[in-house]
Amino acid sequence: MHADPTGVLTGAHFLDGDHAACEGALAAGCRFVAGYPITPSTEVVERIAARFPQVGGVFIQMEDEIASSIAIAGAVWAGKKAMTVTSGPGLSLMMEHLGFALMTETPCVFVNVQRGGPSTGLPTLPAQGDMMQARWGSHGDYEIVAVVPNSPQEAFDLTIKAFNLSEQYRVPVLVMLDECVGHMMERVVIPPADQIEVYPRRFTTATPDQYLPFAAGEDLVPAMVQAGAGYRVHVTGLTHNDKGYPDMSPAGQARLISRITEKIRRSAGPLTDIVEDGVEGADVVVVGYGITSRVLLPAVAEHRARGRRVGVMRLRTVWPFPDHRFRELAPKVKAFVVPELNMGQIVREVQRAAGCSTVIAVPHAGGTVHDPAIISQALGEALR
Amino acid sequence: MSATNPVERFLRNERMPHIWCPECGIGITVNCFARALDESGLDLEKVTVVSGIGCTGRVAGYMNFDSFHTTHGRAIPFATGLKLADPGLKVVVYSGDGDLFAIGGNHFIHAARRNIDMTVICVNNLTYGMTGGQLTPTTPEEAIASTTPYGNFEQPFNLPYLAESCGAVYVARWTTYHVLQLKKAMREALTKKGFTFVEVISPCPTLYGRRNRLGSGLDEMKLYKQRSVIKHGADTKDAALGMTGPIVVGKFIDRERPTYQEAMDSFYSRKLGSRYARVSS
Repeated sequence: MHADPTGVLTGAHFLDGDHAACEGALAAGCRFVAGYPITPSTEVVERIAARFPQVGGVFIQMEDEIASSIAIAGAVWAGKKAMTVTSGPGLSLMMEHLGFALMTETPCVFVNVQRGGPSTGLPTLPAQGDMMQARWGSHGDYEIVAVVPNSPQEAFDLTIKAFNLSEQYRVPVLVMLDECVGHMMERVVIPPADQIEVYPRRFTTATPDQYLPFAAGEDLVPAMVQAGAGYRVHVTGLTHNDKGYPDMSPAGQARLISRITEKIRRSAGPLTDIVEDGVEGADVVVVGYGITSRVLLPAVAEHRARGRRVGVMRLRTVWPFPDHRFRELAPKVKAFVVPELNMGQIVREVQRAAGCSTVIAVPHAGGTVHDPAIISQALGEALR
Repeated sequence: MSATNPVERFLRNERMPHIWCPECGIGITVNCFARALDESGLDLEKVTVVSGIGCTGRVAGYMNFDSFHTTHGRAIPFATGLKLADPGLKVVVYSGDGDLFAIGGNHFIHAARRNIDMTVICVNNLTYGMTGGQLTPTTPEEAIASTTPYGNFEQPFNLPYLAESCGAVYVARWTTYHVLQLKKAMREALTKKGFTFVEVISPCPTLYGRRNRLGSGLDEMKLYKQRSVIKHGADTKDAALGMTGPIVVGKFIDRERPTYQEAMDSFYSRKLGSRYARVSS
């Protein structure tokens, strides 16, 4: 279906990534946001607070991130599309409720604008140190979806995509900005509402006496209801059966966890979102995401100017990790080079997926972006 | 199962037997809750029950309503999202003293301050039952818990005083002996707009009662009855609980204050005029 035009600010704008993410949420149909102030993400909720009263949305500034991340689950079960917004320390506090949303298959979006960590770290400065926390931060075993914009335009586009994927798969989706992308201002084009595709909630068509809230069909994603619709469902973070009732047996655990992991694993192909440039025939492929995918470009240009075949893979979806694409490329390239604003997180995934290929990490502790010369040097080594 | 049992239709009978110990007081409170709902005149399709974690946290799962068994301490913020996103729902939080006032204490005070339109029922058994009888913020001084083997030296919360101070519009306390009064208090809380709070002092014979030599669950209930002093309108400062001494029970607070939703609607209508778009149910 198309976006509701009341939330769509059609036109060309000059926005930072945080504000663009806010507009993306509005266009996607988000009408409930709970948040708590934290740099460098606060601009998202500040704009939401101004916009929502005019479009029938509810914004509430909760007492902390823990409350914010469970209030959105309540709003989703009341029928709304919902989001919370935070940065590093707040994301750490939200982890239990990321798990609750996973376990109860509550579609919702967590926007995380990454800053330097651990702990209070570098509140106003960039990093990409939460990439593995997005994947594994909650306890237990699960699969998740995370998108990574590298511009304000993509903060808009990928926030819409995050909502759509969350509804399609009934899974929480993370939008992993970094401080640079969150605060950089660029042109953002917001299309007319009828050109924005929005994935509607998968409400059941079954009658209350037929309906099993956690029974899934072919695609392993159960149909949903909302509170007050007469279905009298039970929703629990405990391991549960198709009826939603606790079933804390090894067999019940195996059945539920297999389904909620498999529904994402089997869709790793369609969920893959990589922008490739010059990858076919490349000797070396540099892999980037977020702000680093822009910082690496001068280094690539420098080597290409010398006639070297360097490809670029820009990951827009990081989780699930696109293993299959790295497996395909591994026999064809001499090396992968992975610069990122952390001490080596996604590079490990590349190493795992690319098997015995040479994989060169270009770590950076954060606080600023890479010097392109460092990336150029790593490319030089890889090409040798 | 008798078809004439008046509370049967409020329960998920296919989930019986429940997990609560013999002589636990939680079942008594559920019985009162079902009867209060029956008398409330509320549209039962719009009633949702939200619990946290713990023995009382299991109540949501046994009630035949849309029910949510959330995370430890976070029933109130979940319920806040539910209510604000669909103002047509009647939202009830049903949980225990440890869940609501230790890990969840911050959410209780803020929901009361905001006057979110919800009813919070706290079964106060003075201990963590599910995890084996540890100290909670309501365990009386001197009481033995598994984590206070020599007795408790922390000053506990006085829940009615806390609720009143934070802005609750209705505050009552009863024990599981006072079933008629409890049912009435629950009905009043359910049908009053705003943040309403009912505390129920309840026996936990398996853990709290045994460790503190209070006898069986029945003995513990009788003890609480004997110690009870009915005092409607009592100053909540006088409602603190000790190991001995009076348990002040009654309806303490019944006052009016705009709910969060009402405050938001009137404020934005004033500031934004026709540009204000209310949330749709």
